[in-house]
Amino acid sequence: MLPRRLTRPRITLGSPVQLLLLAASFALAAYAGVRLLADDWFGVALWFVGLALLHDLVLLPLYTIADRAIVGGLGAVRRREWTPYVRVPAALSGLLLLVWFPLISGRVDRRYRTATGLQADVFLARWLLVTAVLFGGSALLLALRVRRAAQHRPPAAR
Amino acid sequence: MRDPDAPRLPSSPGFWRSPLRGPWLTSVLGLVLLVGITVLFVTGLVSYAAYNPNLSPVNDKTPDKGILGFYLFAWPTSPHWLYRLNQGVHVTLGITMIPVLLAKLWSVVPRLFALPPARSLAHAVERISLVLLVGGALFEFVTGVLNVQLDYVFPGSFYPLHFYGAWVFFAAFVVHALLKMPTVLRNVRHLREEKNDLVSPRPAEPTVSRRGALGFTGGASLLLFATTAGQNFDGPLRRTALLAPHGGVDPGSGPNGFQINKTAVYAGIDAAETGEDVWRLVVTGRTGTVRLSRTQLAELPQHSGALPIACVEGWSTSDQWWRGVRLRDLAALVGHDDDPPDVFVESLQRRGAFRSAALRANQVADPRSLLALHVNGEELSSDHGYPARIIVPAAPGVLNTKWVTRMTFRGL
Repeated sequence: MLPRRLTRPRITLGSPVQLLLLAASFALAAYAGVRLLADDWFGVALWFVGLALLHDLVLLPLYTIADRAIVGGLGAVRRREWTPYVRVPAALSGLLLLVWFPLISGRVDRRYRTATGLQADVFLARWLLVTAVLFGGSALLLALRVRRAAQHRPPAAR
Repeated sequence: MRDPDAPRLPSSPGFWRSPLRGPWLTSVLGLVLLVGITVLFVTGLVSYAAYNPNLSPVNDKTPDKGILGFYLFAWPTSPHWLYRLNQGVHVTLGITMIPVLLAKLWSVVPRLFALPPARSLAHAVERISLVLLVGGALFEFVTGVLNVQLDYVFPGSFYPLHFYGAWVFFAAFVVHALLKMPTVLRNVRHLREEKNDLVSPRPAEPTVSRRGALGFTGGASLLLFATTAGQNFDGPLRRTALLAPHGGVDPGSGPNGFQINKTAVYAGIDAAETGEDVWRLVVTGRTGTVRLSRTQLAELPQHSGALPIACVEGWSTSDQWWRGVRLRDLAALVGHDDDPPDVFVESLQRRGAFRSAALRANQVADPRSLLALHVNGEELSSDHGYPARIIVPAAPGVLNTKWVTRMTFRGL
């Protein structure tokens, strides 16, 4: 049997300055946190942790998979160099949808219309329009690039 | 094509294959966020002060703030565009920062799964602090983005959630910035090419350069900025704010056509209560109470001024031309001749957080502060507060009470 002290894993302390700074940070966070959690502690805690998990375990994997599908799909048809022309407009359009989802999806239609006196159904159309412009512009740039490449290619190459 | 040796678990460094990840990209994004989030925090605190929460319980949605309100000051009335600028910067910059935040989180995601979970006690505590940092950042951005779109799904009232959440987040943010600053400066200055755990040991073939990725992030920010900022200006600029809540068009045309925060219908205003025979303004002060019909109000000395409407939600109008009775003249009417006190203003409004509001003595005393009866040369419309509304330079929109029915002048 080994002596007891050898079986225990060693815990190192790390930088004491870092520990002090973190202690001060936690003290302030706790002071504000008590007030943040005062009304609906479970709901707020759920949002705080849930948003981090939602981002790290859902949103990030989702757009990573989507991006790999674009790169892989274009690679399969030997057009890997077209990647940015699909990736950029898709990402920008997705970002706009993410930020303005409540308005675009129409989930706040009634409240928005009665509160502001503005039309609520314009956002989906505007988002689709912006998306169309993004993809259209991208397609135009790609077409120009393909054409330029064809002009510069020596006739013997093919 | 499939690599049979490919690591299956995200805790393995080889699982993360993007050749973009590395100390340089993370450091640059971190520096941008350091500047951006500091501005967001300061403009947020300033916006909170603009409500004069210490003046009266009706202005204060966070009565248990304690020392977090240490910096509060009497909100000034000059320059008259102060709140418009501050809040426009706060919301527009916040929305502009979203791609930078997402890119930063993407750049460090392998660390979330890194093993062992802690190398030392200090490292373990730092990782716990990161929960507050990441959770706090997302909490602040998400509550803000939802609130400006009137999507009140968050668990509670926006003001305390966003204010206390900001302090929790900022506590973790400051210490994170301090701990990482030496590394960041080293990486950005390229004094030493650092290879750290973020660099993939089996990188995939690149499809874009690091500068390209940074350019894309900046472009995404620019797109959000360009489709949001316009909601702070009337005319053609507002049309550029394609997806922002108060972008595009104005709700009406003519003198009363400008942007509305809450319509008369939404606020539950009954037209029967605002008619000439029914509506009276009740003004109370040192010498008692005076009741004024709208006609009598219009017979008092009328003054004009150009002031904007600026909302906490980060939209505003250009200056509108208001005409009405000076608040200090109303104070004088009830015995406060030289030194007008604070005023407690009540609305006919049935619902909503700010149906009554308090204004400080300096706001009452400002000659540009009006109980307006007209705007842009016409009677106020019901949506803009007919029969009478408050308009005070540099005050947040909700303190410019509409459908005013009672004003009580006294030290609050």
